[in-house]
Amino acid sequence: MADTLTGRTSEAPDAVPEFPMPRQSRCPFDPPPSLKDLQREGPLAKVRLWDGSESWLVTRYAEQRALLGDPRVSADTDRPGYPTKASPEAGEGKLSFIMMDDPEHARLRRMVTAPFAVKKVEALRPAVQRIVDGLIDDLLAGPAPVDLVDAFALPIPSLVICELLGVPYEEHDFFQEHTRTMVRTTATPEERGAASREVAGYLAGVVGKRIAEPRGDLLSSIAGRVTAGELTHQQATEMALLLLIAGHETTANMIALGTLALLQHPDQLALLRESDDPRLVASAVEELLRYLHITHLGRRRAVTEDIEIAGRLIKAGEGVIMVNEIGNRDPEAFADPDRLDITRDARRHVAFGFGVHQCLGQPLARMELQVVYGTLYKRIPTLKLAGDLRDVRFKTDAFIYGVHELPVSW
Amino acid sequence: MKVELEADKCVASGQCVLAAMDVFDQDDDGIAVLLDERPADENLDGVREAVAICPAAAIRLVDQ
Repeated sequence: MADTLTGRTSEAPDAVPEFPMPRQSRCPFDPPPSLKDLQREGPLAKVRLWDGSESWLVTRYAEQRALLGDPRVSADTDRPGYPTKASPEAGEGKLSFIMMDDPEHARLRRMVTAPFAVKKVEALRPAVQRIVDGLIDDLLAGPAPVDLVDAFALPIPSLVICELLGVPYEEHDFFQEHTRTMVRTTATPEERGAASREVAGYLAGVVGKRIAEPRGDLLSSIAGRVTAGELTHQQATEMALLLLIAGHETTANMIALGTLALLQHPDQLALLRESDDPRLVASAVEELLRYLHITHLGRRRAVTEDIEIAGRLIKAGEGVIMVNEIGNRDPEAFADPDRLDITRDARRHVAFGFGVHQCLGQPLARMELQVVYGTLYKRIPTLKLAGDLRDVRFKTDAFIYGVHELPVSW
Repeated sequence: MKVELEADKCVASGQCVLAAMDVFDQDDDGIAVLLDERPADENLDGVREAVAICPAAAIRLVDQ
């Protein structure tokens, strides 16, 4: 009885910690303290999930990279042991190739890699700069305080991904509303399912239009695969949905949470604001990707063959969860990992994951964040949080971590 | 030192291009292309970085 009251032991089944762990309000940028405790104890621990099942939690950087790069771990959510974040009814259905294994994963992924190549993304930089400048003009012309999430952080990736896909931006309110519902864990399964069906239905319609009348955008290119018989209309729609969702919430949360982190670290903010060196801006982006942890529920996989790692045996049919927020705070990988230091070389972080599923949109995300972090604080040097940090509502209830609102003034 | 690239493993993350632009490029589909099999010494740090961050472990630097 004492064990169950005082905490974990390695044997007592009741004492397997639950994942995700509650976050401490003391520092909203740090992983839960109990997650750090687990990391100190070793690279692997068993945790209990929402449905009562157990899974391996991989807490250290080296083991996370090894397992994410191992072909014996599967991203297929239908595999035995796959640690789901919620029930399938909750709208976490198959989301195109991120939930498939090679060779089908590679076949589908390669259909949409072209626009994310570094040079193609670089060619978009002036357009993104114009979007960011325009939104800052609007901020400065309007009243303060203002919610930075609504007025700035969300419109940027929304405008960019709508442009890239070829979705009319006039529809962005519709997408934002529904994608927010889809990633909110407190939404009911029915609400999430309905939101997902709304967006999928709309995208299916746009894909249909592009099949009939192609343009030069990514949806037209995906539609062309349907015409060529390489994709079904359904698969094309799922792919479009994946790109739209992945492009919205992640970057928006990095912009808002990153800004809040910099406001809480005025020395780092001053370095960034006062430098004209694009390398420092790029370095700040990598460090904020490392230091923050918007994908706080981890990369999840099912193990398909026994794997020996770190002196433990992970058996076929067991689940593994690689939580990048704690991997990125591994002292073996990054010196003084809990310190935000935009001058460090943080590029080896696992914020975008690792292995064949590593984020496809990362060059685009990097460029957008570089433009934002390199512009916003210079153009509004007196930018500050309006109100108290204690009143900021953090998205502990969402699949993507961040802030619900960020009231700022200047 | 010689760079080896297994392009069929590449997942088009573009990280090698960011790490060593004189040594790596991408084709029209984003797949890595090796521009310089025997990079000059000043590019070797970038290549080592590319080896370390390539998510698909598609790049090797061999001593020959």
